Amino acid sequence: MSTQRSAAAGPKARALGLGISGIILFFLIWEATPRLGLVSDRYLPPASEVLVRLGQYLGEAAFWQDVADTMTSWALGLFIATLAAIVVGLIIGSSRFLRRATHTTIEFLRPIPSVALIPLAVLIFGTSIESTLLLVVYAAFWQVLLQLLYGISDVDAVANDTAKSYGLGRLARVRYVIWPTALPYLMTGLRLAAAVALILAITAELIIGTPGLGKQIALTQSGGAISSMYALVLATGMIGVLINLAARIVEKRVLSWHPSVRGEVVL
Amino acid sequence: MSPLKRIAYFFGLPVLLIILWWALSFGSTNFFVPKPVELAQTLWTTWIGDRFFDDVLPSLGRLAVGLFFAIALGIVLGLLIGSTRWLRNLLEPLLEFFRAIPPPVLVPLLMLLIGVNDSMKIAVIISGAIWPVLLNTVEGVRAVDAVLSDSCRSYGIRGFARIRYFVLPAVTPQIMAGVRQSLSIGLILMVISEMFASSSGLGFTIVQFQRNFAIPEMWSGIVVLGLIGLGLALIFQFVERRVLHWYHGLKEITHDS
Repeated sequence: MSTQRSAAAGPKARALGLGISGIILFFLIWEATPRLGLVSDRYLPPASEVLVRLGQYLGEAAFWQDVADTMTSWALGLFIATLAAIVVGLIIGSSRFLRRATHTTIEFLRPIPSVALIPLAVLIFGTSIESTLLLVVYAAFWQVLLQLLYGISDVDAVANDTAKSYGLGRLARVRYVIWPTALPYLMTGLRLAAAVALILAITAELIIGTPGLGKQIALTQSGGAISSMYALVLATGMIGVLINLAARIVEKRVLSWHPSVRGEVVL
Repeated sequence: MSPLKRIAYFFGLPVLLIILWWALSFGSTNFFVPKPVELAQTLWTTWIGDRFFDDVLPSLGRLAVGLFFAIALGIVLGLLIGSTRWLRNLLEPLLEFFRAIPPPVLVPLLMLLIGVNDSMKIAVIISGAIWPVLLNTVEGVRAVDAVLSDSCRSYGIRGFARIRYFVLPAVTPQIMAGVRQSLSIGLILMVISEMFASSSGLGFTIVQFQRNFAIPEMWSGIVVLGLIGLGLALIFQFVERRVLHWYHGLKEITHDS
């Protein structure tokens, strides 16, 4: 019995072991590159030095203040963008006329890179948090809106007509037909938007100088505190991983009733 | 739908918005908001001429080179990692971590390692834009149809032919989805690398306008970036339709039946 179970758990455990050794291997190569003089340690400090610096950061209040600043603009921006996209998406999506009429405008506005708005943000808001919010909201809004519109156009016409003939009004149909169909798409949009929002939050801090981790990275770089800079880059990567994980967990939770998620559990 | 109606749908809202903008800014002397005609004139005088060759073309060149290498490397490495199980297990957590690093923080990092020059900006674009293509390819290779894979093996199709005629076509939809993300990340990184450390290029010029309070010029720069984004999206759509026409056709058939 026990041998059977270990055989079943074998490939998974081996994959995990390999994954961990991959990370260790990466840090060993990183450690060796400056030590062997392949790259000057003035530009690439050994991994151990950076990890020690990262450990020190974790005990500093100023570091956590920066993390809090970055996460505040991230969360606030993502929230505003999602709310706006849901409202706009449901209004546009509920009418064929609006969907057709707004198509070109959306297709034109969407590809404008949000970093193009950086000069505008500086001009209007200076280095306050609103600058970051402008960029984050603009970038995240389109991700959510587009997925939501895809989702709404995926609504089963028969289901919609059935609901109509059973006397469901416009609002009731949005609640009971359109919303459940569009929700998986919405969650995909939200997951994409969460990653994009972090990128834009850090970008705004890096380029404009609004408070947060990005600003610290720019400061440590220009101040020559190289191992601090690498430690902060690692920190932003970890935040990114955490956000991705959280987004996936939320997606699974919200869609626990949906066949695509239920199917995974059964299999 | 009649062609007239189609044209009305296509241009209706944009024209309405421009008229609204024109009407609202007609009497205003607001320094920050340019008038439509003024903006169009500035767009012409600012960007057509020397600046097109000195700033816009080099920026676009770097973007093209960076994206080309990001996509090519992403596909090749993705095929390699995806089809070798131990390699995939070894690298997957590491790649997930690299993807999660917000690419803009690589600008100061690569500036140190490479210096401020064209190869740094191209390296920034590659190092940010490669992940969606790479990870999507890996994911796609892993999810290829098992029956088709076995059929290939029993027909003795292996090596290069297997990749060319079985794996690559099967993975193309995922690759294209990755490329779409890579394009927008690449454009963002092109602008950022020039804003952060440069003395030429589109990003630098726009920030320069803003610092000198050349507001209409700044707005025209934003429009140029928007047009580039739009151009990239159109090129992508065109290529995707050609590369994936069989896939869209297949989806329509299975959808109908």
